[in-house]
Amino acid sequence: MVEAGKVDMARSKPLLIDGDIEMQLPTPASRRRLRWPTAASAILLSLAAVAGLPGMAAAQQTMASSDKIWAGLRGDVFGDRNILADTGLVRLEAPKRAQDAALVPVDIYLDPSRAPGGVKSVTLIIDANPAPVAATFQFGPDAGVTRLSTRVRVDDYSYIRAIAENADGELHMASTFIKASGGCSAPAVKNTAEALASMGKMKLRQFAPQSEGNMTKAQELQLMIRHPNNSGLQRDPLTQYFIPPHFVRTLSISQADRPILSMEGGISISEDPNFRFDFTAQGDGEIRVEAVDTDGQVFKDQWPLQAVGL
Amino acid sequence: MAFDPLRRALLTGLAGAGLLALAPRQSPAATGLAVREIADGVFVFQGVSEMATPKNHGAVANLGFVVGREAVAAIDSGGSLVEGLALLAAIRATTDRPVRFLVATHMHPDHIFGNAAFRDAGATIVGHRNLPRALAARGDHYLKSYRRQLGEELMKGIEIVLPSMLVEDRLEIDLGGRVLELRAWEAAHTDNDVTIYDVSSKVLFAGDLVFLGHVPTLDGSLLGWMRQIPQLAAIPARAVVAGHGEAPADWPAALDPQLRYFGVLAGDLRQAIAAGTPLAKAVKTAGRAERDAWKLFDEYNERNATAAYAELEWE
Repeated sequence: MVEAGKVDMARSKPLLIDGDIEMQLPTPASRRRLRWPTAASAILLSLAAVAGLPGMAAAQQTMASSDKIWAGLRGDVFGDRNILADTGLVRLEAPKRAQDAALVPVDIYLDPSRAPGGVKSVTLIIDANPAPVAATFQFGPDAGVTRLSTRVRVDDYSYIRAIAENADGELHMASTFIKASGGCSAPAVKNTAEALASMGKMKLRQFAPQSEGNMTKAQELQLMIRHPNNSGLQRDPLTQYFIPPHFVRTLSISQADRPILSMEGGISISEDPNFRFDFTAQGDGEIRVEAVDTDGQVFKDQWPLQAVGL
Repeated sequence: MAFDPLRRALLTGLAGAGLLALAPRQSPAATGLAVREIADGVFVFQGVSEMATPKNHGAVANLGFVVGREAVAAIDSGGSLVEGLALLAAIRATTDRPVRFLVATHMHPDHIFGNAAFRDAGATIVGHRNLPRALAARGDHYLKSYRRQLGEELMKGIEIVLPSMLVEDRLEIDLGGRVLELRAWEAAHTDNDVTIYDVSSKVLFAGDLVFLGHVPTLDGSLLGWMRQIPQLAAIPARAVVAGHGEAPADWPAALDPQLRYFGVLAGDLRQAIAAGTPLAKAVKTAGRAERDAWKLFDEYNERNATAAYAELEWE
């Protein structure tokens, strides 16, 4: 038996949670900043911190209000660096309306002809989410990644943005507006028991190169990790304390001992984080993956490189 | 027909009356939901198979109540406080026995947004062991996102009210000479589904573990749902009140249409996954063969396919 009660909806959101994951108890919204060692680890930036409006939770976002959130957010993530929009170096595809709020597919395309020196990183941002910086992906210098697909949570009407940094340090942005899912869909874990029971289990799928005209030997990988990737932005119904967030914080994928893709992620990445990307294989060295979650649990696995269609 | 009282109730002219149950400008407490007595002491309100809107008051799910010698148990409180109060008024118009229990079949807003009405009437709210956790994770989002869908006016007074009595596995509720058997299921429609079986009338309130006409919606585990259908079918009910769609219906035949839909959806997705078709593309076509068989297919099928794809690719 538990005490009858209601979920307290008057709570304000946590402000900023740094890499060490420090939850804020309810506090008036302000632009206060807690510790954050690097911009990339500022994964959990709160909406309230940016917009400074305590009543924001009740309001529905629009393109204009999403842009306003972004205007406040970009300095926190990228400082005063210039960001070039819609240059074609990076492209972003997502459904116009989220179907399942907890599982929205996002495809990022990088155009190698517009980034001769390669792309160093891509930061994925969902303006209106409680943790707008969904993830920052870093690519190995000769990884040859030109496509990256993942799945994110989308809480509200919002722009999704992919900001790519090329070898010269230029920032290029693509963005697309997404309508939140209607009805009973919520950006929460569907089957918590299952997510916890098989936590850390990984699955790797390897696909043949997609286009015949492609002169590289790029093949495609899909990495799946079982993890609830919990938000922590919720109270325990018994204690009324915030449930600590629990998500995959870092991930690194290598092949033949050279980095292909790494990620610093947050709670806007869907449960059972899932990444599909192409890359240029080298030799026949194996694929290794290491992931670390916010509890400090380390999950590792490795697979031989399959000679798929090469 | 196997179950005469049900048929009789359906044929006595009350069928369909529930659809226009709520007059927008009248006090809900005065009007009351148009419920039908489908078996002795078993009453049902049939929601409309629509998306929740201000016009339908969010009254899209089937609700019910069972009257025992000493007390009443309500099953789900509806998609707004207005609807919850109207259900309460319908109970009051039927019996003066106390409403001792409200059983929440699962977490979705169309089934629980009227909970505050029953809490305030002194009912003990009963739900699945996972329901508090599920609502802790979603309540805030539901209140925010439904504001867009239902409008400010209808959202007034809606609270997320948690259960104060939990069903771990099975639980019996005695209404006085009448026992309701409650059962908590493993993840299926959601991870907090409860069914209510009225032993004396052999009526099963299945919550959203059963959909009829209204396309099933998936917010838990497709495999879990499919796996548990034989156990569901084994409940010796003579009729079922589905969470959405025609109520009552024959049991276990009412399971057939959704089982067929699940089979088509899972089959299409397994094929796409094996072929390496990405999620975003696969969900556009999966399950399409079932389109004409269901209401609200376009609203929910792609969402179901998305959730099911993410589950099935772990097979």
